[in-house]
Amino acid sequence: MAYPQAAQPQPVSPPSVKVILTSAELARVVDRIAHQILEKTQGAAGTVLLGVPTRGAPLARRLAARINAFEGIAVPVGVLDITLYRDDLRRHAVRAIGPTQVPPEGIDGKRVILVDDVLFSGRTVRAALDALSDLGRPSSVQLAVLVDRGHRELPIRADYVGKNIPTALAESVKVTLAETDGTDEVKLIGGAA
Amino acid sequence: MLKHLLSGADLDAATATLILDTAAEMATVAGREVKKLPALRGRTVVNLFYEDSTRTRISFEAAAKRLSADVINFSAKGSSVSKGESLKDTALTLQAMGADAVVIRHPASGAPHRLANWVEGSVLNAGDGTHEHPTQALLDAYTMRARLGRIAGLSVAVVGDVLHSRVARSNVLLLATLGAKVTLVGPPTLIPVDIGAALAPGTEVSYDLDAVLPTSDVVMMLRVQRERMADSYFPSAREYARRYGLDGPRMARLPDHAIVMHPGPMNRGMEIAPEVADSPRSTIVEQVANGVSVRMAVLYLLLGGMH
Amino acid sequence: MTEYTAGGDPGAAKPAYLIRGVRVVGAAPTDLLLAGGVVAEVGRDLAARGARVVDGDGLVALPGLVDLHTHLREPGREDAETVESGSRAAALGGYTAVCAMANTSPVADTAGVVEQVWRLGREAGLVDVQPIGAVTVGLAGERLAELGAMADSAARVRIFSDDGHCVADPKLMRRALEYVKAFDGVIAQHAEEPRLTEGAQMHEGEVSTRLGLTGWPAVAEEAIIARDVLLAEHVGSRLHVCHLSTAGSVEVLRHAKKRGVRVTAEVTPHHLLLTDERAASYDPVFKVNPPLRTSADVSALREALVEGIIDIVATDHAPHALEDKECEWAYARPGMLGLETALSVLLDVLGERWDLIAERMSRTPARIAGLVEHGRNPAPGVPANLTLVDPAARRTVDPSEQASRSRNTPYAGLTLPGRIVATFLRGEPTVLDGKAVK
Repeated sequence: MAYPQAAQPQPVSPPSVKVILTSAELARVVDRIAHQILEKTQGAAGTVLLGVPTRGAPLARRLAARINAFEGIAVPVGVLDITLYRDDLRRHAVRAIGPTQVPPEGIDGKRVILVDDVLFSGRTVRAALDALSDLGRPSSVQLAVLVDRGHRELPIRADYVGKNIPTALAESVKVTLAETDGTDEVKLIGGAA
Repeated sequence: MLKHLLSGADLDAATATLILDTAAEMATVAGREVKKLPALRGRTVVNLFYEDSTRTRISFEAAAKRLSADVINFSAKGSSVSKGESLKDTALTLQAMGADAVVIRHPASGAPHRLANWVEGSVLNAGDGTHEHPTQALLDAYTMRARLGRIAGLSVAVVGDVLHSRVARSNVLLLATLGAKVTLVGPPTLIPVDIGAALAPGTEVSYDLDAVLPTSDVVMMLRVQRERMADSYFPSAREYARRYGLDGPRMARLPDHAIVMHPGPMNRGMEIAPEVADSPRSTIVEQVANGVSVRMAVLYLLLGGMH
Repeated sequence: MTEYTAGGDPGAAKPAYLIRGVRVVGAAPTDLLLAGGVVAEVGRDLAARGARVVDGDGLVALPGLVDLHTHLREPGREDAETVESGSRAAALGGYTAVCAMANTSPVADTAGVVEQVWRLGREAGLVDVQPIGAVTVGLAGERLAELGAMADSAARVRIFSDDGHCVADPKLMRRALEYVKAFDGVIAQHAEEPRLTEGAQMHEGEVSTRLGLTGWPAVAEEAIIARDVLLAEHVGSRLHVCHLSTAGSVEVLRHAKKRGVRVTAEVTPHHLLLTDERAASYDPVFKVNPPLRTSADVSALREALVEGIIDIVATDHAPHALEDKECEWAYARPGMLGLETALSVLLDVLGERWDLIAERMSRTPARIAGLVEHGRNPAPGVPANLTLVDPAARRTVDPSEQASRSRNTPYAGLTLPGRIVATFLRGEPTVLDGKAVK
């Protein structure tokens, strides 16, 4: 435009977005975790996968599908909603609860592998462990995550990690999955432009 | 989300559906080893009952305890209430005790609305006078959905003493919101004036139970108190039962899939015959179980988050 | 009234108050000189002659308002109102006379009680308090109270009412109507068929159905009015209908008046302004007997008041202690404050129709009650019972600012037109600058 413009506040630059895992890479990571589970659990005997909503649930189903594809083993899969066990329930508007689906075999005496997309503060996993103990008594509990971004606030670590991503607290990690979001991708958002 | 649940009119379709969906999840807790959830840990729920209603009080108490809330039962019998303490003074006492929610049953219509002015926490109407009983309507809707798969489009006949029934008012409001068609059936003396205009346009009224049954998916029988006879609402229990009671031959006029509901407590032989109450169509026992799940859902949605 | 003591030659008395430039019943501005308890002179640019001058610019002078239906609660419920506090509320509302209902404790059913109330009114000296006597002993509706003794007492009772209760027994009502003819009395009936209103909490209709509150059907009022106008016609007596509240009652009354029955009727300010929808809050400040009705009833009552089918506005000022209102609807006592807001409500409802307002709120009620000193437009020689209104003022009703001992005004938070600037009782101010003088 020809008009000289008065000084205007600089438009806020959009946060930087960096793709950490593409669709193909994400598929490879899931395959690797499936292999690791098979290896570490001697063929996934007596194992139950429980996904933590939202994205842990489809991840758990994918892991089960891959294990089945590799070894022909059907691992029971379920969903563990942790809403009512969160330690920040009262700090937010009330949250709708999701379904909890325990496979018909149950979890008593089983090796339960909790599956989630991102491991961050560890509070979700803490809530999941509490929820699990109200459902039964597994022989052991393990944790599988697609991304570990650090910044733990509780003494929790994952047994299976798809990718470690060092992050700044101001950044966020966004996982999208075909089942819930239409595409498979992991992005790092924010920080300095 | 709501602060209080005072009337079926407080619920829009989305909120009512959220409550029913939440209740469905809450129901799974009943089958678990540990029948308890931590969602309301540290919260205090007061059951303030000015009328004897053991079944409703126990239902709310079980619901609150399964959500780990602390429950205080404050019964009007043998307390300062019967010594003439006003509702407002009682409210201030409960406030001082840190009640996060007050579940109130009261013989005066509108008492929960008054209470809501005097306490900071949530107020749940557990039945007020001849006004409303919204959690009963929710558990009835839950039961219909569980048995018949849907609520929208259902034809529901509500039969009996609609005039004095808080269950009927809440059901008319909620069922209309959820898309069911309600027909109120009873003697003209027990159908209040302008009920459709007052509660939900489209509500129909019939004085002929036999004509309504063949097209009903749900028949909800209301409790009819024998004392109403003394006030000439109808001539005798026998005549009432003959015209508006649901017995075996009448039940046979219902479509095969239709269900029979009753909020309890029943007057067997008056509004409902024993063979109907105990038939497979009857949902009376399920209604009681569903009541706990629905009340858990309501308590969680009112108290679980930040206000 | 026996307490009228002005007498003498008004021109000779020392002038007390000169009201400058006031519009008498809405007419062109003029001055009013008050002396010796009467209006001494009316005209432009009158000389003050030592009188205290009151600026009447922009104000309207009305004959002092007369309330045919006031509950002063004394004796018995002095925590809710006393003769003095109710008198002050009345003066602040522009009233110079109120008729005190008989449902006190003890009931005003003997000469002793009515004289006590009458004496308390004189001692307060803010308005003329004219006691109403009970029709039946203890308001029980079983046998006549000593109506003649009350009529012959110092209180000179002419209006008799069991208000709060209906004289439901038709034989008793007939006898009462007949008996008071001996001293030109009038029976003021609270028209409510008791069997049709057992447990009633509010108007029977759509709203009562929704709220689950027991209905008070319009027919319970209309049936009694119909019966009573026929009885009054049959025995040739005067009947006054208290707080008429339904469109159907208006029709019954219209029919009776056409037949020449000696019947008068009152309507309350609240029945002219508020509807049963107010009950939706379950706040018992809106609980009243007869109950608030529908908007169709409100319209019919307004038309009937303008037309003259309804003769007067009466407040049914009913103070109640806080604990009788801050409770469940069903447990609350029925009734609303009215004295301090009546004129504002009528201005809101009727607009500045000053002659109509003077007729309905002062002249006709004074005539029904037989209060010869009251209800007369300010004119030379007329007792100086008048009130000055600022029609341009608007005020938001605040319960805590009521002079009544009670707070149960249904108009809290409403902004209403008009403000009483001054009230004079026999030439002496009871209210000046909008404040009670004592």
